[in-house]
Amino acid sequence: MVTSVMPVAAPSTVTVHVLLFASYAERLGFERRELTLSAPASIGTVLDQLRRLPGGDQLPAKPLCARNLAHADREEPVVHGDEIAILPPLAGG
Amino acid sequence: MGFLTHRPIDLAALLAAAAAPDRGGVASFLGQVRNHHSGRAVLRLDYSAYGPMAEAECGRIAAEAESRWNVAVALRHRVGSLAIGDTAVAVVAASAHREEAFAACRYVIEEVKRRVPVWKREFYADGTVAWVDPTATLQHVQ
Repeated sequence: MVTSVMPVAAPSTVTVHVLLFASYAERLGFERRELTLSAPASIGTVLDQLRRLPGGDQLPAKPLCARNLAHADREEPVVHGDEIAILPPLAGG
Repeated sequence: MGFLTHRPIDLAALLAAAAAPDRGGVASFLGQVRNHHSGRAVLRLDYSAYGPMAEAECGRIAAEAESRWNVAVALRHRVGSLAIGDTAVAVVAASAHREEAFAACRYVIEEVKRRVPVWKREFYADGTVAWVDPTATLQHVQ
C-alpha cells in the first residue's frame, strides 16, 4: 500500500484570544473574544481588526499591548492560541 | 503568595518577609488612596487588574531589583474597592545599607506604575465616576 505524505501547509489563519480591560472593555462592549486573522499576523493586525468592530474607532492610535502576559510592540508577530491584551493607560500605585 | 491582594496590605508582614540579620537598611514606600484628583473630591475607588500579567510583571520587577542591587524586595498591590487612606501599594526593600535599599525601593515603585496592568476607577463627590488616565492628567498642574 502506498501512502502519500502530504506536505504540511502553513496554516492560513491564526486564532488568538483578545482581552480588553477597563475603559476599552466598556467602549467595545466585551472583555474577551476570539479573533481569527489571516496569517502571518501581528499585534497590529489584531488592532486593525478590533478597530472594525463597534466602538473600535474609540481605541487610541497606539494603545499599550501585551502578548502572553508580557508587554509587546504592535509589530510583534502572533501565533495560533496567543493571548493578546489591549491595555488602557496604566494607573497602578 | 501573590503580589495582588483583595485584602488590606499588611506592612508588618512585608517588612518581616524582607528582613534578615545581615540586612540592616530597610526602605519602604506606601501608596495610599487620596481624597482628591485634579481638583476633584474623591470618595473611594476601585482597582482592577489583568491578574496573571500583573503577577508576572510584579515578579519580573522584583527580580530585576534583586539582581541589580543586593536587596530583598517585598511587594503587594491591592485590588478591589478601596476607601480614602487605604494602602493601594506597598514596597519594602531591605539591604545591608540604606543606599541600595532606597534605590531598589524607588526602582520598584516607579516600574510598578509604568508596567503593571492595573486600572483605577474613581468615584467623585459630585456623583460622577471615571477611569483614571495618568497620561491625560500629565497636562494638569499637580
